[in-house]
Amino acid sequence: MSGGHDTHSHGLNLTLHVWRQKNAQDTGHFETYSLHGISEHCSFLEMLDQLNEQLLKEGREPVAFDHDCREGICGSCSLVINGRAHGPDRETATCQLHMRRFHDGETIYIEPFRAKAFPVQRDLVCDRSAFDRIIAAGGFVSASTGSPQDANALPVPKEAADLAMDAAQCIGCGACVAACPNAAAMLFVGAKVSHLALLPQGQPERKKRVLAMVEQMDKEGFGNCGNIYECEAACPKGISVENIARMNREYLGASLTARPQGEAKAGF
Amino acid sequence: MSTTPTAPKLDSKCPTGPVSERWDKHRFELKLVNPANKRKFHVLVVGTGLAGASAAASLAELGYKVSVLCIHDSPRRAHSIAAQGGINAAKNYPNDGDSVRRLFYDTVKGGDYRARESNVYRLAQVSNSIIDQCVAQGVPFAREYGGLLDNRSFGGAQVSRTFYARGQTGQQLLLGAYQALMRQVGLGKVALYPRREMLDVVTVDGIARGVIARELVTGAVERFAADAVLLCTGGYGNVFFLSTNAKFSNATAIWRAHKRGALFGNPCFTQIHPTCIPVSGSYQSKLTLMSESLRNDGRVWVPKAKGDHRSPDQIPDAERDYYLERIYPSFGNLVPRDIASRRAKEMADAGRGVGDNGMAVYLDFRDAIGRDGAPRIAEKYGNLFQMYERITADDPYKVPMRIYPAVHYTMGGLWVDYNLESTIPGLFVLGEANFSDHGANRLGASALMQGLADGYYVIPATIGSHFAGRKLGAVTTDHEAFKTTEAAVRARLDQLLSIDGKRSSDDFHRELGLVMWNHCGMARSEKGLKTALTKIRALRDEFWHDLRVLGTGEELNRELEKAGRVADFMELAELMVLDAEQRRESCGGHFREESQTEEGEALRDDANYCYVGAWQHTGEGANLSWTMHKEALTFEEVKLTQRSYK
Repeated sequence: MSGGHDTHSHGLNLTLHVWRQKNAQDTGHFETYSLHGISEHCSFLEMLDQLNEQLLKEGREPVAFDHDCREGICGSCSLVINGRAHGPDRETATCQLHMRRFHDGETIYIEPFRAKAFPVQRDLVCDRSAFDRIIAAGGFVSASTGSPQDANALPVPKEAADLAMDAAQCIGCGACVAACPNAAAMLFVGAKVSHLALLPQGQPERKKRVLAMVEQMDKEGFGNCGNIYECEAACPKGISVENIARMNREYLGASLTARPQGEAKAGF
Repeated sequence: MSTTPTAPKLDSKCPTGPVSERWDKHRFELKLVNPANKRKFHVLVVGTGLAGASAAASLAELGYKVSVLCIHDSPRRAHSIAAQGGINAAKNYPNDGDSVRRLFYDTVKGGDYRARESNVYRLAQVSNSIIDQCVAQGVPFAREYGGLLDNRSFGGAQVSRTFYARGQTGQQLLLGAYQALMRQVGLGKVALYPRREMLDVVTVDGIARGVIARELVTGAVERFAADAVLLCTGGYGNVFFLSTNAKFSNATAIWRAHKRGALFGNPCFTQIHPTCIPVSGSYQSKLTLMSESLRNDGRVWVPKAKGDHRSPDQIPDAERDYYLERIYPSFGNLVPRDIASRRAKEMADAGRGVGDNGMAVYLDFRDAIGRDGAPRIAEKYGNLFQMYERITADDPYKVPMRIYPAVHYTMGGLWVDYNLESTIPGLFVLGEANFSDHGANRLGASALMQGLADGYYVIPATIGSHFAGRKLGAVTTDHEAFKTTEAAVRARLDQLLSIDGKRSSDDFHRELGLVMWNHCGMARSEKGLKTALTKIRALRDEFWHDLRVLGTGEELNRELEKAGRVADFMELAELMVLDAEQRRESCGGHFREESQTEEGEALRDDANYCYVGAWQHTGEGANLSWTMHKEALTFEEVKLTQRSYK
């Protein structure tokens, strides 16, 4: 990186306000750090790596944050950057955000995802296992391993497969919850309901699935959709709010027509 | 080598007879566990990638009692999720001449004849069931307008047998397995333990009966007892620090098992993937793969002239060298990974590389976009192009991608027999963590196939022989073996915390990685490997004297976690170098400079090296040492030839 203008040769100087919280019981607070000479080509998380290296040298405990694949697919990273889940870029997870998006001298606030259903465990790390419990409640097709029919015995119209794939792309990061003023999980749940409701394989359990997943979602303490669409704006995969509408339709339909469990032979 | 180890039995348990009947015959001969008895057996699965999640779900469906340890906050985050391109199967849907036999043949040949025929044939056989199973689960594979499944081509094959879900095939397959797993969790058949890192295996009377793990949020050291342990913890590519692996991907689970007696097979077999985004600076924390599927439409080239710094659009076709198409006219850009990687290195070494530091080659879509139009290319590779642009700020629709090889996968791993059982009875190893099916080089879209084959179809059939064939007494976590193993784990954590040196574990890891990349990477030589050994030993010594870990063990402490993993990589690195040193032939991804053809291709030495090198750990600490045992490979179905993709 020879030549170029100042940010190339000297890098960015930044002021960071980072949320520090010892554990779930601690109330937490912001701490301020200065970082110098950060390359604009490095990623946001690589900038945090450098902060941690600096803190460690100074004998101060590094900042804990979740991350893993660093290519925007595992859904581990989870920061609120300057008030926005996953930061300023659309359809970009924190790990894919690069420092060229920031300018020299900038002040950056870094917080964990905040929601009642996502308790903070340390610093920027929170517990998103509520999502797993929602999937366990019904986010699947009950097809035990065995010898099912030949894959091509079940044609799926390309349009349906494509729409299902659009929804199935969800990485389960929880940015939709963090961005929503009501901390609603309806984009996450709607995406899984849609993925399976759009495919023939999802039909047998279609009603049961949406009812069970919504029930678990409510139990976990997520709020309800207020049609603000912050979720779609924050989603690193650009999952559409259409999926929430589809879930609501599925839910309404299922509520009106599904027989309560165990009453299949009752009545009349 | 101070001690004289007792030679372990390296019985591969491979069935005999016609290769196409072996799996059937073996399954018939294996003992079964009565459905009512299955619930009495407790299986502990470590890891929730494709192999772990599919195994845990399938075993629970069969009625076994299953517990699952997962290093992430959720099982859905395992690194299988990042696999992009696809999964192979011998369906022959495109009617282009594919068959189980051809997939078997391509895989044995692609692996440069260093895998077991029996295992590979089984893999090819179950490949079709995997696709059926995934479709039944609702995996949204790409489809044609008629509603049938679409296929594409991958390296090392002349048929289209790769099923895909855009550039996110691993994600969709993993979510399928994850959902099957969560269904069993919801039914109460699987106990899920997230944010647990396995730190040791517990053996009782020589049989694996559980593990010691650390709960990563509170730091609690916990004991898990079971009747069988499945390690599904992935590969060890992160020994190089920079790789396409996720940051949590590590070797600790398999390394701890190795040190408890599990032999390590072919540790030097590493896959360097040809198409990754090049390194951009010293802050780099990992490398990002650009799927091999891009080589279906992208053309690889460098300028014909050395040091040609013109921008690529200023270089006319006559002055470009499409070197893969030139050297390999029949496979062209779709040669296997090891070959594509070595040729890229050759171009860079010859001063014809591109980019700031000349450590890259072009992958160009100009002609494909001209032929099919940008929308069709976007449909196939849109998310990959977007990922590339995010990282490099270049638009691959307009300028060619710059790519360079990076460490991607490890074919080596814990030695297992045909039942996937290691040399520790009751300890099974699945997926990338084992050494088995890919020989010296894995073909693209075969890792997903192997992980799911092991989990969905192999282990459910083979694990019964362990339960039905051995007397397993009741063991609880109060057993003396759990106490002593836990004490060893605690002592090690305390040691890492108490060094009080100056350097971070990342700093050590980066240095180790560079030694490995320079001397045990794409090209290996006697001299380089000797240098590496000296450097690794010195660095390991420094690590134990100058490591800095702050905080305590009783809290979420990422530095402590990393330190433990780097400590294990420091030992594994030495074993990789020893293995590379003893194998004085080139095969697949293992390229010994001393052993090449006149045209620069890997030159095997079948007379002397047609075996699996299985390493036994024999000495600890300052006397760290190993003894190698050989499992001879025999080929009855495929004739050993010099691989040719010309």
